[in-house]
Amino acid sequence: MSDVTAERWVRRSQDQNWVTRLLDWKPFLVVMCLLPAVGILTIFLTYPLGLGIWLAFTDTTIGRSGVWVGLENFEYMMEDPIFWNAVFFSVFYTGIATIAKFGLGLWLALLLNNHLPFKSFLRAIILLPWIVPTVLTAIAFWWIYNPQFSIISWVFIELGLRTTNIDFINTAWPARWSLIGANVWRGIPFVAISLLAGLQTISPSLYEAALLDGSTGWQRFRYITFPMLLPILAIVMTFSIIFTFTDFQLVYAITRGGPVNSTQLLATLAFQRGISGGQLGEGAAIAVAMLPFLIFATLFSYFALARRKWQQGESND
Amino acid sequence: MATVDIRDVRKSFGSTKILHGVSVGIEDGQFVVLVGPSGCGKSTLLRMLAGLENITGGEIAIGGRVVNNVPPKDRDIAMVFQNYALYPHMTVFQNMAFSMKLAGAPAEVMEREVQKAAKVLGLEMLLHRFPRQLSGGQRQRVAMGRAIVRNPQVFLFDEPLSNLDAKLRVQMRSEIRELHQRLKVTTVYVTHDQIEAMTMADLIVVMNHGRIEQAGAPLELYDRPANTFVAGFIGSPAMNMLEGRIENGAFIGAGEAAWPLPPGAPSSGEVIYGIRPEHFRLDPDGLEAVVHVVEPTGSETQVVMHIGGAHVLGAFRERVASRHGEVLRISPDPELIHLFDKATGQRI
Repeated sequence: MSDVTAERWVRRSQDQNWVTRLLDWKPFLVVMCLLPAVGILTIFLTYPLGLGIWLAFTDTTIGRSGVWVGLENFEYMMEDPIFWNAVFFSVFYTGIATIAKFGLGLWLALLLNNHLPFKSFLRAIILLPWIVPTVLTAIAFWWIYNPQFSIISWVFIELGLRTTNIDFINTAWPARWSLIGANVWRGIPFVAISLLAGLQTISPSLYEAALLDGSTGWQRFRYITFPMLLPILAIVMTFSIIFTFTDFQLVYAITRGGPVNSTQLLATLAFQRGISGGQLGEGAAIAVAMLPFLIFATLFSYFALARRKWQQGESND
Repeated sequence: MATVDIRDVRKSFGSTKILHGVSVGIEDGQFVVLVGPSGCGKSTLLRMLAGLENITGGEIAIGGRVVNNVPPKDRDIAMVFQNYALYPHMTVFQNMAFSMKLAGAPAEVMEREVQKAAKVLGLEMLLHRFPRQLSGGQRQRVAMGRAIVRNPQVFLFDEPLSNLDAKLRVQMRSEIRELHQRLKVTTVYVTHDQIEAMTMADLIVVMNHGRIEQAGAPLELYDRPANTFVAGFIGSPAMNMLEGRIENGAFIGAGEAAWPLPPGAPSSGEVIYGIRPEHFRLDPDGLEAVVHVVEPTGSETQVVMHIGGAHVLGAFRERVASRHGEVLRISPDPELIHLFDKATGQRI
């Protein structure tokens, strides 16, 4: 009986209206699904970037829409010693801070990768400098570096190592090193935690195999840890370079680019010229001047991140 | 090549005791398999031999030299890990040459030694590949090559075949065995697979709960298991073990079924009666067995039966055509019956 019913049953053909047909059409569906993402990117990323680049070629000031002036802003910039000073300090700041962050961060990651008591607690503590809002860090360091109330000066004087307060931020070079110090303090957690994550992907049996192969501690680092960490090191370094090169908050809050523009980064100089000084076109031109450096950093990441030969193939190890 | 002496070795992690005094004497060139269920301490013992775990108590001597405080690299051993532990960023050649590179060997020596080992294992064409570009069996061979290159006194294998599929496992099993026959290096091999142990070992050490249950040649363990653990562990399908008592010259099991006793059996007492499935035969005068499930495998037929209510597995060379609920008459081979003390589990 039931067999007969099964045989008689025929799938009803569905009448497709135009909406159904449209939604079944793949190109339409692709466009629909991409639209929100493309829209958001356009409004919040492409438009400001395009506007900034456009402004760099005009003489716009606050309150007056400018006219196209071609490369005039850039020509002026090229002859501006303050701009070149900012280029120098941006590169110097990024270079020294990155080296310090990676040296200390890697060291910290290697320490935390060992079996320590309170390991997870220590890892949480390490993240603190990164969680704290940058402005709070800046204010704290502003106090630490304060000519009168600096805790570092106080400690040195109490210990009898100095008789006068240390001048941290009121002359050019000490101010530069002080800012680098603050940036390093803030940047270490990101590096340390990222590299720690990388370290933990390395199978302990590799170290055991290397131990049996007769390696010393340094050789294990040199031949196992470092090469296996390299891919993640490249990613983290790219991000770190980009963050450091475009840094604004720390410098602006602690020294505002002073004394006498000696600690201006490109970002702070662009802000000073464009917003505080009202010369939007000029500020935009300085900001646009950062692009070649950032594109270089991105390309570096692109090529460094390209999968190494040994990473290709199956991963069922 | 060397002897290995494990004397009353103990291991505890904190208050957890893993090994409670284990002693094994391994002769020069012997192939020893440590076998047992997971958590029995076999891998820990192997890692202690390698120097990857320190020794809580007792002594380990390799080639007559006590190595308790000798670092792994000076023990003159090589180990093949379960996951092979190949360095993923090095080619096969670099993987195999790594120990020589660390020792500062000249390039010609590295080239010569690696080529020699590669030839033994058939890896010549793969020397410039990375581990990821290899199949499981090839990786396994590279791991062995890395061990061979070091020309060690003792080879250690930690479940090396457990990541391979069944067919490859059988093939690699004989390759390892063949390699051992060629190199004649003392080998300690850890596995949880009793078939691997039976087919490869000169000496099997059955471990359970951090103790040695029995050590002996494979067939000795099969023929004369020292206790119920070894009896159940060695042999596939596993031995039938029935609880009951000896009375009037017979074993009385579940449902008052009377089973024949082996020659020299005690005249009374509570015992465990062990009989391997393959040691039953069809016998018109035998015990009455109600057929439950019949599983023909081609070469033999396995039959799950109820004898006096007890589950019994039999394996017959004959093609048993019985169906569920039918009655078979079978009897165990009296010479091949094992009796164990019910209280201690030890062989009587």
